[in-house]
Amino acid sequence: MQQLFPYVRAFITGGIICAIAQILIDRTKLTSARILVFYVTLGTILTGLGIYQYVVDYGGAGATVPLTGFGYSLAKGVIKEVDKHGFLGAFTGGIKATSGGISAAIFFGYLASVIFKPKAKG
Amino acid sequence: MGKRLSSQTIKLDSPVYIISTASIAGSKEGEGPLSSFFDSVIQDPLFGEKSWEKAETKMVREAYSKLISKSGIPVSNINYIVAGDLLNQCTASNFGLKDSDVPVLGVYGACSTMGESMSIGAMLIDGGFAENVACITSSHFCSAEKQFRYPLELGTQRTPNAQWTVTGAGAVMLSKAGDPTKDIMITHVTTGKIIDKGIKDANNMGAAMAPAAVDTLSAHFRDTGRQPDFYDLILSGDLGYVGKNICEEFMEKEGFDIKGKYNDCGLIIFDRDKQDVHAGGSGCACSALVFCAYMYKLLKEGQIKNLLFMPTGALLSPTSSQQGETIPSIAHALSIASNCIS
Repeated sequence: MQQLFPYVRAFITGGIICAIAQILIDRTKLTSARILVFYVTLGTILTGLGIYQYVVDYGGAGATVPLTGFGYSLAKGVIKEVDKHGFLGAFTGGIKATSGGISAAIFFGYLASVIFKPKAKG
Repeated sequence: MGKRLSSQTIKLDSPVYIISTASIAGSKEGEGPLSSFFDSVIQDPLFGEKSWEKAETKMVREAYSKLISKSGIPVSNINYIVAGDLLNQCTASNFGLKDSDVPVLGVYGACSTMGESMSIGAMLIDGGFAENVACITSSHFCSAEKQFRYPLELGTQRTPNAQWTVTGAGAVMLSKAGDPTKDIMITHVTTGKIIDKGIKDANNMGAAMAPAAVDTLSAHFRDTGRQPDFYDLILSGDLGYVGKNICEEFMEKEGFDIKGKYNDCGLIIFDRDKQDVHAGGSGCACSALVFCAYMYKLLKEGQIKNLLFMPTGALLSPTSSQQGETIPSIAHALSIASNCIS
């Protein structure tokens, strides 16, 4: 049972983050693209303020996989690079830390577009 | 000013006959309540083509040839085609009709295009400029989503107020010659004004279009002196669930009770309980398919004697909505009569 707890915590954390986004889609006029940018920015700011780290410590992948987690990686990368290389790190750190994710998204996106054809939704 | 009744409505000197219709529907429409009324249902959204736009173009082409074969009018006797769709520069109509060898008038009325093209066609015939006019329009869920909202590949969540663009093409043959006891007739045309009440949400087009529907309906009743009771059915184009309620409420404030007489094509073409279409159907093909496939049959069978057919259109462009503009809207009404005996 003990081993299951991290999964449950990740499920709850990720679920809450996504549920908030669903409410924003249903109840506000925000477009999905704006919510996306808002989530990444929010993740960056909360990480910069040291708050998001607590969410990651509790929820693990439930906090790092949603879009706020991308903001978390960006901010963490920047903080690390600024410590190492000074001010220039503010420009290089974010992309360095997220390069794996970005490259994988482009690669697998391309792969998927080669293999699959888009279809009408349900 | 013989034919003009008032500011927006004309009464045709002699009725213009709707001698035939053709309809091609997509698979989701084919699963809906009107499935048995369509001439054909395409299962593959790409219709054997390489892009959504090409698929929609093919639907226009096929609907047109279906219309010619059903009406029995030789191509040489068709004086005009009035056609339009939602895609940039009316791609589907212009490419679909490029081999038609008939004079073409391209029109854009967004989802009201069927109403606009039939209005123009009826006036061309009544004015003595044409014997036969074909009116065609189309829309495709995938090409419309791609142009006006998001690429399908993004898999964006849809909002509860969003409507589902109908996939299909509808075509109507208007003619000077017809049998008043057997054919359906257009008797009045009320052309809409552009109305903009400041709605900006491109996911809530029913609310944006409802004021235009109210404006045209009130104008029609005012100009003709008719009351809603005159009609067996008043049918708006694609206001959907949200817009229909607004329209009913505002018509009551205008002094016309249309409840019970009124319905919307967007609520007829899909079953909202069973099909996940949120607020209902939309798109040029929404009113076109409901009219060409279903209403035409009811009129022909004499189940409906007087129909007020009013396609509605939201005149936004992808650029205007990206720049935060409001959504101007329009509605065109046609009074359609049937003397057919059930």
